[in-house]
Amino acid sequence: MSIALRKRHVLGEASLDREAYSPTNTSSAVATPRLAVDNVTLEYRTRQHVVKATQQVSFNVQEGDRFVLLGPSGCGKSTLLKAIAGFLTPAEGSIRLDGNTIHGPGPDRIVVFQEFDQLPPWKTVKQNVMFPLLASRTLGRKAAEQRALETLEKVGFGRFADAYPHTLSGGMKQRVAIARALAMRPRVLLMDEPFAALDALTRRKMQEELLALWQQEGFTLLFVTHSIEEAQVIGNRVLLLSPHPGRVRAELGCADDSLHSLGSEATKARTQTIHRLLFENEVAP
Amino acid sequence: MSVHDLRGPVDSRVDRFFDLPPVDVRELKVARSVGQRLWDQSVVRKSVILVLLVVAWEVVARVQNNPLMLPSAMETASALWHGLASGVLLARVSASLSVLLKGFALGAFLALALTTLAVSTRIRRDLLTTLTSMFSPLPAISLLPLALLWFGLGEASLIFVLVHSVLWAMAINIHAGFQGVSETLRMAGRNYGLKGLRYVAFILIPAALPALLAGLKIGWAFAWRTLIAAELVFGASSGKGGLGWYIFQNRNELYTDNVFAGLVVVIVIGLLVENIIFDSVERLTVKRWGMVR
Repeated sequence: MSIALRKRHVLGEASLDREAYSPTNTSSAVATPRLAVDNVTLEYRTRQHVVKATQQVSFNVQEGDRFVLLGPSGCGKSTLLKAIAGFLTPAEGSIRLDGNTIHGPGPDRIVVFQEFDQLPPWKTVKQNVMFPLLASRTLGRKAAEQRALETLEKVGFGRFADAYPHTLSGGMKQRVAIARALAMRPRVLLMDEPFAALDALTRRKMQEELLALWQQEGFTLLFVTHSIEEAQVIGNRVLLLSPHPGRVRAELGCADDSLHSLGSEATKARTQTIHRLLFENEVAP
Repeated sequence: MSVHDLRGPVDSRVDRFFDLPPVDVRELKVARSVGQRLWDQSVVRKSVILVLLVVAWEVVARVQNNPLMLPSAMETASALWHGLASGVLLARVSASLSVLLKGFALGAFLALALTTLAVSTRIRRDLLTTLTSMFSPLPAISLLPLALLWFGLGEASLIFVLVHSVLWAMAINIHAGFQGVSETLRMAGRNYGLKGLRYVAFILIPAALPALLAGLKIGWAFAWRTLIAAELVFGASSGKGGLGWYIFQNRNELYTDNVFAGLVVVIVIGLLVENIIFDSVERLTVKRWGMVR
């Protein structure tokens, strides 16, 4: 309930904030998607084989999207996210950010990983948030510190700025990782099952917080999950990937589904549709 | 949908609620005694161990009653005092330490440089692992005759064997540490645009610091052993011998208490470096960061 109120409250400011984030105006954003994945085939090498993870996957992410990649394990959704982050080079096809083909990792696409060890243990919470700003030479030390503290305040973390990561719980570590990513104001925020290792209650809370942050900040989000419910709650667009090799099964709008509509008929119907699309070829248990 | 119906048969149990009376907060936290807190200090525990060892030594020496073979702790302490007071022992220690530090620093630097090179490509990694597996088992002291041939009698020969003894052991440790850095952390660093030396400095070295420190400790121990052994063989050049030479000379003259005093100095320096320098570094870094217990 409080989330719903907060959403309505900040809705007016959201569009303003979003302009601060993206210098490109909205009309050109329609022409050039923020992120274009074009016929991308990804392979990885084992000792004996070259294995195809995804096959000719195409989709566009528009500015301000909460775009979810959904599929069973082994469909290559995490591999796809790593390719967008620049850690892998596509065997075929291209990935373009703002119309420019990406080459290697870069601070314009910040990744929030699932693993808790993504925070260097030798840096305090504040230093962790400052780290990408300094490493990428985006800001000077003073400005980075200020940006870090502001961002930590936004995720409700101001009090713990000087704590070391090993003293934090899993959920808190993920909050720091999200703050660190947001502080960079990336062109697209990449999240690779960021809540999968959390307990159910914390996960629900983190989903609410992420949505509230999106309302405030209006970032562009690409989110990978294997949970249909999480996809519906987080996303406004969902891309369904088939199991091995990952191919696009469908792309659905699900902006109407939220934490508060989980019991509604429309949301349930969409869950059914997604379930059928993902699992229709499997033998019923 | 009946598959998803989780309701069981009718349950006759009723909901129950409990009122929790307030708890006296003072009872939740009880102070520990001074003795217990003192025993928590590792300095105290280690001192007790040292005192017990010295007492045992004294007892054994008194029972043996043969100062030529085994001088007692008291006799050694007195020899140590005389050696320090006359300035001879201090001169020997400073001669040894200056060579030791030069060799150690050079070896550590080369180990870091070699492993840093090995980060980027497979062929460089192969170069490193081949070199370490070739030279690591080679005792430093066996290179001393060669060193004397190449560099002559002097500091350079000692530094050469010191570097040899430190370099390979440390390189193995640092390399193992770098390889143990988690993939997530590596990707996080690359995500922020870190490459080359900055990547090594900001991600790999801090992330592998526990292994680096272990390497430094091992290197330090190897360096001491090699230096004392080399000085025993190699002796003094132009009257500027180190601790090893001091021990060797006194053994020749059957001043066993002085030999023991020299050995005690080696031990004490080892204890001080381990417990003051390395411990402080660990407390300020890896322990504070929760990377080791």
